[in-house]
Amino acid sequence: MKKFMLCFFSLLAAGSLAGCGSSPESAGGENGQVYIFNYGDYVAPEVIRMFEEETGIEVIYDTYDTNEEMYPVIESGSVRYDVVCPSDYMIEKMVKNGLLTEIDYANVPNFDYISETCRNFSDSFDPGNRYSVPYNWGTVGILYNTEVIPEGSITSWADLWNPAYTDEILMQDSLRDIYMIAFKRMGLSCNTTDEEKLAEATELLVEQKPFVYKYVNDSARDFLIGESAAIGVIYSGEVLYCQDENENLKYVIPEEGSNVWLDSWVIPKNCRNKENAEAWINFMCRGDIGMMTYEYLTYPTPNTETMKLMSEEELENEALFPPEEILARCEVYHYLGEEMDDLFSSYWKDFKSR
Amino acid sequence: MSRKLLAGPYLIWMICCTVVPLGMIVYYGLTDRSGAFTFANLSAITVPAHAKALGLALLLAVISTLICLILAYPLGLILRKTGLGQKGFVVFLFILPMWMNFLLRTMAWQTILEKHGVINGILSFLGLPSLRLINTPAAIVMGMVYDFLPFMVLPVYNVLMKIDNSVVEAARDLGASNRQILFKILIPLSVPGIVSGITMVFIPSLTTFVIPNMLGGGKLLLIGNIIDQEFTVGSNWHLGSGLSLVMMVFILISMLFLAKFDKGGEGNAF
Repeated sequence: MKKFMLCFFSLLAAGSLAGCGSSPESAGGENGQVYIFNYGDYVAPEVIRMFEEETGIEVIYDTYDTNEEMYPVIESGSVRYDVVCPSDYMIEKMVKNGLLTEIDYANVPNFDYISETCRNFSDSFDPGNRYSVPYNWGTVGILYNTEVIPEGSITSWADLWNPAYTDEILMQDSLRDIYMIAFKRMGLSCNTTDEEKLAEATELLVEQKPFVYKYVNDSARDFLIGESAAIGVIYSGEVLYCQDENENLKYVIPEEGSNVWLDSWVIPKNCRNKENAEAWINFMCRGDIGMMTYEYLTYPTPNTETMKLMSEEELENEALFPPEEILARCEVYHYLGEEMDDLFSSYWKDFKSR
Repeated sequence: MSRKLLAGPYLIWMICCTVVPLGMIVYYGLTDRSGAFTFANLSAITVPAHAKALGLALLLAVISTLICLILAYPLGLILRKTGLGQKGFVVFLFILPMWMNFLLRTMAWQTILEKHGVINGILSFLGLPSLRLINTPAAIVMGMVYDFLPFMVLPVYNVLMKIDNSVVEAARDLGASNRQILFKILIPLSVPGIVSGITMVFIPSLTTFVIPNMLGGGKLLLIGNIIDQEFTVGSNWHLGSGLSLVMMVFILISMLFLAKFDKGGEGNAF
């Protein structure tokens, strides 16, 4: 019923707009098209151009901001995409709800380049790596300004509860990340589903609120670079950019452990052209393309061929490639189910409104 | 018949961009995830977190509307009296910032109010203690007033300029004081403009989520933020739509209010 209504309204809107433009199906490269749905600004434009030239497949590229925005589009099938790039827990949800199709690895030989570490992390939400091929990965950690806070004094998530840093702390304005921090501080898994623990974590976050300067998403890096705040929670992919702009910034993965995230390519069940989708994924797994992606985004690469192209210094950078013993304490987010999502959401709103 | 045809493009626009989306919001708002009919999304407004966000949004919207009115009305009077308004230059100055995207203007306020921002920079230069400006309700009101003030100025100015000067002269002939002219003549005659201005400032202030996000530092939750988050992070479109429907009630009330006082459409801004 729900899908029917959505289709009905979409058709109504589409129908009344018909005649405003030619049908998108009519155009295309010599080998057809590939419809890609990805985070905004997440593929180097040069890479898309190269792919089109080398394969003769035209790329039709749409973007979204959050996994949650992407999901209903794929679920309703109102637009059919060939390749999507969701994060770990969202892939788990899509697999669970039967929205994805298995990748034919005969068409993706470059999958061999994906590192063992990433395959293992990936395996925890996509057993057997059947549905997803990692594109980027990283950790969540703390970036702090050594001019204000002596180097080495930040080691733990608990440091974000230190009243001495009042009005200096930036937290991610993202539900899962915030609760991950609270849970890790309590010594729990970031995939905890016990309501009692959730309530406790919420209290912990409310307690922290007076010390926090802002809850932000992407702009965290700008506030740290501009020194509006001295300590902030950040994704490891942002670290190199931040350190380029402000050399006093130091990244640390707290000792309690953290979250490892992966964004991976998947193919929706209702895709238009699976071969082209696989051609795209295979292309993205090429070492040189991985290098271009890395240079464009500065996110850690899962690609061992790309790592061969990197400098010694880059490979030793712990923000990019954390040592095994730290990674051992990190976890991937799991999809917790709609009921848990709603429960988290209501606690989150309660925390935000207090 | 041909006149009806001319309305065609607008009709298509209305169907695509008003009727269809509204239909979807009503549908989503009145169903749950399984597609069954429910009022739960509407009554969710009574959940403490939601009610509090609505209360805060109403409070801030009322305050910013009042501030806009207090700023705009005297300005309208001055423009009327001095005739500066005739040349349109001052009004032009008011519209000028609207040529810039309002996100950019709000971002500018972020930079101004920031801990190490422009205002605190000046204060510390003068050797004064710095102020905590950003991430407060005051910062949000500041942003609302700045962004929506032109919507108050234009209708108020328009209606004041239209009042025939001979009415004021007649009052003066009959011995009315300035005070009496203001309260017995000008204000009653400008009610349509005032009401129109109030609705045009109140509604966007009530529903905004960008301004509290940028100037509130994510620490203050208004009802607009909750609805936004239900769609973009909470992934519960049904709850988001239900709360939007509740918001529509408030908007309808202000529209009725407008219709009651501004029958002739005199207070229109443009």
